[in-house]
Amino acid sequence: MSNTATDERVKSASIVTRIFRRPEVGALLGAIGIFILFTSTDTTGNFANLGGISGWTDIAAPIGIVAIAVSLLMIAGEFDLSSGVMVGTTGLIIGMSVQELGMNIWLAIFLALIFAAGVGFINGYVVVKTKLPSFIVTLATFFILKGANMALTMMLTGAVRVTGTDKAPGFEDAFNIFASRIQIGDSYFQISVLWWIALTILATWVLTRTRFGNWIFAAGGDANAARNAGVKVDRTKITLFVITSLASALVGIMFVLRLQGMQAGQGVGQEFYYIIAAAVGGTLLTGGAGSAIGASIGAVIMGMAYIGIPFSLWNSDWTSTFLGLILFSAVMINTFISRRAKGGK
Amino acid sequence: MSNALELREVEKSFGSVIALQGVSVEAETNAVTCILGDNGAGKSTLIKILSGVHKPSKGTYLLEGKEVTFESPRNALDNGIATVFQDLATIPLMSIWRNFFIGNEMIKGWGPLSRLDVKRMKSITKEQLLEMGIDLRDPNQPIGTLSGGERQAVAIARAVYFGAKVLILDEPTSALGVRQSGIVLKYVLAAKERGVAVIFITHNPDHAMLVGDRFYLLNRGRLIHRWERENVSGDDLRKAMAGGKELEALTNEIESSRKLR
Repeated sequence: MSNTATDERVKSASIVTRIFRRPEVGALLGAIGIFILFTSTDTTGNFANLGGISGWTDIAAPIGIVAIAVSLLMIAGEFDLSSGVMVGTTGLIIGMSVQELGMNIWLAIFLALIFAAGVGFINGYVVVKTKLPSFIVTLATFFILKGANMALTMMLTGAVRVTGTDKAPGFEDAFNIFASRIQIGDSYFQISVLWWIALTILATWVLTRTRFGNWIFAAGGDANAARNAGVKVDRTKITLFVITSLASALVGIMFVLRLQGMQAGQGVGQEFYYIIAAAVGGTLLTGGAGSAIGASIGAVIMGMAYIGIPFSLWNSDWTSTFLGLILFSAVMINTFISRRAKGGK
Repeated sequence: MSNALELREVEKSFGSVIALQGVSVEAETNAVTCILGDNGAGKSTLIKILSGVHKPSKGTYLLEGKEVTFESPRNALDNGIATVFQDLATIPLMSIWRNFFIGNEMIKGWGPLSRLDVKRMKSITKEQLLEMGIDLRDPNQPIGTLSGGERQAVAIARAVYFGAKVLILDEPTSALGVRQSGIVLKYVLAAKERGVAVIFITHNPDHAMLVGDRFYLLNRGRLIHRWERENVSGDDLRKAMAGGKELEALTNEIESSRKLR
């Protein structure tokens, strides 16, 4: 056709617009700002050196590992409020299997993963079949597991924690893979940081370069339009619920090995940290947009806050308030940036 | 010319309500078949039957001369019947190329390494849209940034590329301004020229007249008129849609009230 229109529709995007269209840009700028803030208020001189970095990445890694999965799930338009308590549940399953049954650690880990996958599947199945909001369905799962964690731990062990995980056969190998430390210079980095970085890369690749990733965006962007185009929306969502539970289980495994035991209340309340990390990282709460790298940057911001506040000799009681303000400003800035980049007002 | 799609004496009732009765439609390849009707005439029910959402209560649905029954819109799509619904065509936050290939992604690599062939999908999107007369320099931009007409156009180009034999358009111009409507109508003709049987459902007789080869008028669940392009004028369509005498009476009334001033 010769009468190809070349008017207002072909406004080409400048490089700046293209960069700002990335969902994680706001979070990255925020992380740089917070890094500069704490480096300048730091009274110990350690915040920005290897020792300080190993400190805040140690806090960021377990948050980031689950936040990546939570972010994918949120992009598909769903929430999982049971993602925090699942860390405790899986840790307790491993701890009790070892303490009460003398089970091999690998078998205990396998059991915990199967259990987590099962709960994730149930969450997803109930959500897609009943069409109830996932907020309510997983809130129910959260409370069911929270109660069971406490009750079963008390019933079986007579205490609120399980201990002695290090006595399990195979503990050494599992510890090396999930909970050991790596020396860099004169500082020790948790191996969870490696897991976290690897999973960020993997999730980013899946999200942007695979069919499954395409379907995640489609399911959250407009489930009806996606279905009409042949996207298997229900299967995509159920898979993501399973992945989220498995991410929590991975963190549960890391904690129970590292602490050589587990508190019955472990993980409760963490679900909000995951959602905050994802939201700070540019994932839309309404679904359809977001990134795995963003969620990881959100986790970095949290890690920096937890180390930076005491290093600045501020009262660490204010940490949550600080994170709340970060969340608020990040969401505002992200909304502003994405509206501008999309050409709206 | 042969009938790509044909409905014979189709009836659809919901409980005691008869939404469609004795509806026979013939849509030919390389032609635009317009179905006109005012609000409440039964257009939506007809679209839903054509696109596989509903099954007819009575009558037969023929695709290339063979009787068919569709279980779902996806099932109809697999048989070459693509429907572009008014609002449900695209996913606003996703890029144009992702929207173009959603549900039909091109994959390269094998097993766990199988991945989207992004480069190829981007270039095909650009090339296909260009062939329909849409020039987009940046297929990465979210489709929500396009105008309503352009989004319809992308949906039409997508249906044509993925081998639609029959393309059903549900009021593609109803929410658009004059210029945007013109753009969409141009793509309707472009789709027809590429060998598709287009079924164009609208309540706008002027838009129908611009592109149509055959016209049906749907009123209160029945097809009350059928015209071929050679023997109908825009005026005939407009009058028939407004109910002929009713429009005349209305015109007289308005004119006399204007004279009084």
